[in-house]
Amino acid sequence: MSRSYDAVVIGAGHNGLVTSAYLARAGLSVLVVEQRSRVGGGASSEELFPGFSFDTGTHRAAKLHPSVASDLNLRSHGLEMVRADPALFVPDGEGRHLLLGGSASATADSIRTFSAADAGRWADFEAFTGMVAGFLSSVFSIEPPEIPDPSRSGMAALGRLGLGLRKLGRREMEEVVRVLPMSCLELLDEWFESEPLRGALAGISVQGGAHGPMATGTAFNLFRGAAESGSGSPTALVRPRGGVGRLSEALASAARAAGVEIRTDRTVKHVLLDAGRAAGVVLEDGTEISARTVASGVGPGVTLLGLSDPASLDPEFVRSLRAVRYRGATAKVHLALGELPRFEGAPSAEAHLGGAISISPSLQYVERASDAAKYGSVSEAPYLEAVIPTVSEPDLAPEGKHAMSVLVQYAPYHLRESSWNAAASEALGDTVVQTLGRFAPNLPDAVEARHVLTPAGMEDKWGLQEGSVFQGEMTLDQFFFARPVAGWARYRTPIAGLYLCGTGTHPGGGLTGTCGYLAARRILKDAKGQR
Amino acid sequence: MHERTSALCRASNWRPWAGYLAAGSYDLYHDREYWAIRNAAGLIDVSPLYKYLIRGPDAVRFLDRLVTRNVRKCAVGRVMYTPWCDGDGKVIDDGTLARLGDDVFRLTSADPSLLWFHDNAGGMEVSFEDASASTAALALQGPNARKILQALTTTDLDGLRFFGVMDVDLGGIPVSVSRTGYTGDLGYEIWVEAERAIPLWDALVKAGRPYGIVPTGLMALDMARIEAGLVLVTVDYVPTHQALLESQKSTPLELGLEWTVDLGKENFVGRAALARQAKTGPEWRLRGLEIDWVSLERAYGSVGLPPVVPSTSWRTSVPVYRGNSQVGYATSGCWSPLLKKYIALAHLRGSVGVPGTNLEMEVTVEHQRLRATATVVETPFFDPPRKRG
Amino acid sequence: MRVGREAAYDAIVIGGGHNGLTTAAYLARAGRSVLVLERRHLVGGSTVTEEMYPGFKFSVLSYVVSLLRPEIIRELDLPRHGLEILPLESTFTPLPNGDRLTRWADHDQTRREIYRHSPLDADAYDRFGQLMYRMALAVKPILAMVPPDPTSLSPKDLRGLLRLGRHFRDLGEADFFMLYKLMTMSSADFLDEWFETDALKATMSASGIIGTFLGPRSPGTAYVQLHHYMGEIDGAFRAWGFARGGTGAVAESIASAARSLGVTIRVNAAVARVIVRGGRAVGVALEDGEEIRGRTVVSGLDPRLTFLNLVDETDLPREFVDSIRRYRSVGSSGKVNLALGELPDFTSLPGDGDHLRGAISISPSQDYLERAYDDAKYGEFSRRPYMDVIIPSLIDPGMAPPGKHVMSCFVQYAPFALNGGWNDEKRKAFGDTVIDTLSEYAPNLRNAIIHRQVVTPQDMEDEFGLTGGNIFHGELSLQQLFFLRPAPRWANYRTPMRGFYLCGSGTHPGGGICGGPGRLAALEILRGGAR
Repeated sequence: MSRSYDAVVIGAGHNGLVTSAYLARAGLSVLVVEQRSRVGGGASSEELFPGFSFDTGTHRAAKLHPSVASDLNLRSHGLEMVRADPALFVPDGEGRHLLLGGSASATADSIRTFSAADAGRWADFEAFTGMVAGFLSSVFSIEPPEIPDPSRSGMAALGRLGLGLRKLGRREMEEVVRVLPMSCLELLDEWFESEPLRGALAGISVQGGAHGPMATGTAFNLFRGAAESGSGSPTALVRPRGGVGRLSEALASAARAAGVEIRTDRTVKHVLLDAGRAAGVVLEDGTEISARTVASGVGPGVTLLGLSDPASLDPEFVRSLRAVRYRGATAKVHLALGELPRFEGAPSAEAHLGGAISISPSLQYVERASDAAKYGSVSEAPYLEAVIPTVSEPDLAPEGKHAMSVLVQYAPYHLRESSWNAAASEALGDTVVQTLGRFAPNLPDAVEARHVLTPAGMEDKWGLQEGSVFQGEMTLDQFFFARPVAGWARYRTPIAGLYLCGTGTHPGGGLTGTCGYLAARRILKDAKGQR
Repeated sequence: MHERTSALCRASNWRPWAGYLAAGSYDLYHDREYWAIRNAAGLIDVSPLYKYLIRGPDAVRFLDRLVTRNVRKCAVGRVMYTPWCDGDGKVIDDGTLARLGDDVFRLTSADPSLLWFHDNAGGMEVSFEDASASTAALALQGPNARKILQALTTTDLDGLRFFGVMDVDLGGIPVSVSRTGYTGDLGYEIWVEAERAIPLWDALVKAGRPYGIVPTGLMALDMARIEAGLVLVTVDYVPTHQALLESQKSTPLELGLEWTVDLGKENFVGRAALARQAKTGPEWRLRGLEIDWVSLERAYGSVGLPPVVPSTSWRTSVPVYRGNSQVGYATSGCWSPLLKKYIALAHLRGSVGVPGTNLEMEVTVEHQRLRATATVVETPFFDPPRKRG
Repeated sequence: MRVGREAAYDAIVIGGGHNGLTTAAYLARAGRSVLVLERRHLVGGSTVTEEMYPGFKFSVLSYVVSLLRPEIIRELDLPRHGLEILPLESTFTPLPNGDRLTRWADHDQTRREIYRHSPLDADAYDRFGQLMYRMALAVKPILAMVPPDPTSLSPKDLRGLLRLGRHFRDLGEADFFMLYKLMTMSSADFLDEWFETDALKATMSASGIIGTFLGPRSPGTAYVQLHHYMGEIDGAFRAWGFARGGTGAVAESIASAARSLGVTIRVNAAVARVIVRGGRAVGVALEDGEEIRGRTVVSGLDPRLTFLNLVDETDLPREFVDSIRRYRSVGSSGKVNLALGELPDFTSLPGDGDHLRGAISISPSQDYLERAYDDAKYGEFSRRPYMDVIIPSLIDPGMAPPGKHVMSCFVQYAPFALNGGWNDEKRKAFGDTVIDTLSEYAPNLRNAIIHRQVVTPQDMEDEFGLTGGNIFHGELSLQQLFFLRPAPRWANYRTPMRGFYLCGSGTHPGGGICGGPGRLAALEILRGGAR
């Protein structure tokens, strides 16, 4: 067993795998060390109950960074992306519902049952989010320049961004700048009046965060969603056939094909330092693996304060690192169902259940759900987004049965009155089933088995600090040149040879592989500079 | 202590110091207090100093990361004077670090430092106790200091060497005594529980009477510390955390404290920046200036006056020139009654900081700004053998 | 139609608020003939002192001088015209548990008090103050410039942008990043990085929510706190404090300066509309039909009132009207002014000590503020509101009969869009809530009240022409600041209509008794020419 590599990657999450594949393609010997027995991290599909497969982390995939998709030829490694149609089913709790993301006319028709004015605006809205998303995509796909005093290449990158913005047209440019810092509420007040539509969009705008849709900066997440879905629509839903875990498996396969060695069931204890620079990693079992480069797919806090010695870092840097906000408030509940839920007033055919189901009858509903998180308790009427992949892929569950995966907000990592013990976890499961039952009365009795993953559980399982699914909140102050920490957005860390490549870096967000891709490019560029 | 000092302070000359009022001088004129420091013994209440007790298995590791000196070299019972810096090597504060036990230290500082300690203690098993209010401190400084203390204890104080610290019973009061001070003379600083400070004061005054002890204020102390070439935070340098401009900050090398910087230590806050500066040499240096009497005489003579020297120390920024260009600024100075010299501490740019260089310092004579010749010298200006002996 | 008595003025200023008066004074100072038209019987707008009960003078709305630009004090020589700003030295926060937190003018006294709550916070408070001072230096030039339009290619705008870019670069990384954080973070999160004492954080963050429809945990609120430190850079001018004679005295002093420079001020002269000829503003028509000609017309009213009431929409480009319609101006605060027979006696610090001579802040905890906000989000006034209380008669004995007092209570939140709307009954209930809340801390207050005046956001709109009852002429949210205030492309005090300008708080740098908008507008008008 070789114990020396050019590069070691900590964590086989999707970004770590992307980084490893690119490093190996550049001729480096690369080892990926994964704590769990499977690759994927938060992008995993797991058989929680015999015969039932669930996306235990996120159930939304995203459009991969264009280079990643083509360079790694993931299709040949078994990846097939499918777009749900319709994408979002939103029951209003009073026997009506909204169906978004089918054909434009079908969506407009559905919205019209609530508001003719909104129906008329939907196409314009999607065009608008698409326009903003287009600009955001260009921001997402580059390494953040050194702000406020950029190098020549950084200046050029900024110039290109500015030019891209200007090309949109003057009015559009003004709009992009104006809407980005808004709250979801402020944005939607300019567009829509019908509550289920506002609620559905509000839900998208808060996913993975701790804020409610009335908080400044939440509109940004709608545009980010639109950018990541690749369709320009914030409500679109893409996922790999067979489950989100297929993406990770395809990436692992591509990485191995490029020569990467992946070792699972190995936990990194700490990063090895030699004269202040990273020299490899030490595993829990005492094994030392030496490497000139260490790339960490785990979060910035875990990497630099947990796996490294904070005493080797500048105190001001440590201070800003400690100030990174995580505040996970998302839980997952997985349900094995004997039958599909029947929503009041919904058609008997099950097509409407093929996308996501959003329990967000109004913007205020979502906002009220968020209130609980502020005071350290779980929402009594939470915002939920559920998917039932077995509707389109019956083989993900035993015949005639279904697997339902539910994202739950808000379940704050820091509970005030208790800890995330078994009772709190079960209470959360009850709340979710009861909430769903209010909209689909048959559901509680259809539940055959239930699995609850709390934010604390996510931290244990995937090393997500405070259960933050993005390894740090996706807020404006933790974005672009300020992600994870202002001044250190270029994947480097103050420890030479140690890099970050997880979603805690720019651009963060969903399963686009961009963090891993940009990190690999930075590592290779630095290595070239040293030669 | 205020109960005693306020009764004595005939001058009603009080100065704010770290949230307290301290006597500037007890007499209307501070001359007697100054001479006590150099001739007998001055008793100075330095309780407003911030005092922190640092404990724990990682105390050495923590301090070694915090300060520029090598704490591992500080044996139990020893004291180190040291500055500490930010990540850019700029001085935040300075003080004395006493090793009271294997894992117990007492650090003094001019500014509150608790937050900075916490910022630096990540991942370490170390605790901080702010003993500023619970510990009083008395400085007994001057040639007779040892005799006075010895009169109050059976412990042989000859065993307490320069920059040593030990627990002593002084007239029935348990105290910690360090052979340190801010005067550059033979002297001690006595650390005592605040409740016992007044009995201690009384005991010292009583025991000191045969040896000419004099309650001494900050004006006399300031002159003594300038003679000793000791820098004063916020006067001779701006602590990093109070600086508004980058240019206001100083590194230890720029303050003439290169001897306190141990670049051999593996890591401490500011090390990289200081190592860089050590290579290139600092752009500024804090040095002593001796103002030439003859040129002072000439300056005053030009308006028809005999030379006048300041009766107290000053602490304003005074320009220093070479030829027509300003090459630095003096930050504090005084007439040294002992050395019969007009001395000052000055920040000097680059090569002009070399001892022996002749410069000019601005002097204001009858509303006119004139210049007097000043020679760069090494500090301390005054360094008697008894200090260490 | 009656013909105006004057042939024509160089400039007509609509609204005799402090900004309108400032503009008028600066124009007259440059030799222009200027007429100010004020609808009410006295000048000042929201900056007024009125004797609402015999012998008791109330600063009816605005109650402290926050940021009055030193250059205005200097250039208009306001002290000669009666301006005296007296110190408000302390901030006293009574706590429900009988404790208190007081910040004094004296640094050491404040340090001791904070130390009592948390030794670490006592250190942090100094460092924080130092940081804010640097931040204030960093934004000062931005507040004093006409915002350049980043979408414009005009040399003037490009020069402005370049200047701004250079300014940011010169700030250096650390300060730039801190400024970015301040602009994008919530005040609660920002303070959490520094402090642990709840009451301290609450009282400090309260200054970030004043006038906004946001809670302290909503991003975008950190920046407003900075305004409290702005005054310190211009310490010699004492820009922060209480105007002798109430805030009306500020307006009076500017009016006096304006008159001495030749400005004509007419009260009881309500403008009905702006007269437009050939796409150009040429004068105004009063409500009584009188028409007055002016070569330039300047509105000190808020943007919505100006463009949606005084001007025919068809005279403006549609996109501009859309922008103005979207301009958010939603009030969140009310004002309760009390005439008192005796001073309030606080349980947590009995007696009439110096703590009553500064601000009294009802902000015991961050949750308290956040819950106050929750009520407002859903359309109710806070059951336990945040309050900023001062007792002007202690600072200026002339405000009340000897031995008696006036007390000014700024109250938040009181949403403009109250469920069911505001009426006399609701106004009374709101006033009662304020008294009930204060009585919990100062039980004698209830029986000390001789007279009370309750001003709801509805009253602010009806009586003072503040659209939506917003005290800043429109929210100070990121998308309505700087080059976006009040609308993209039109942040330079000009409007799409030639000869027509804005000079109120709805322009950069925004609200508060600051005068910045009025001064910059005048300078821009004097610069003349097309944009």
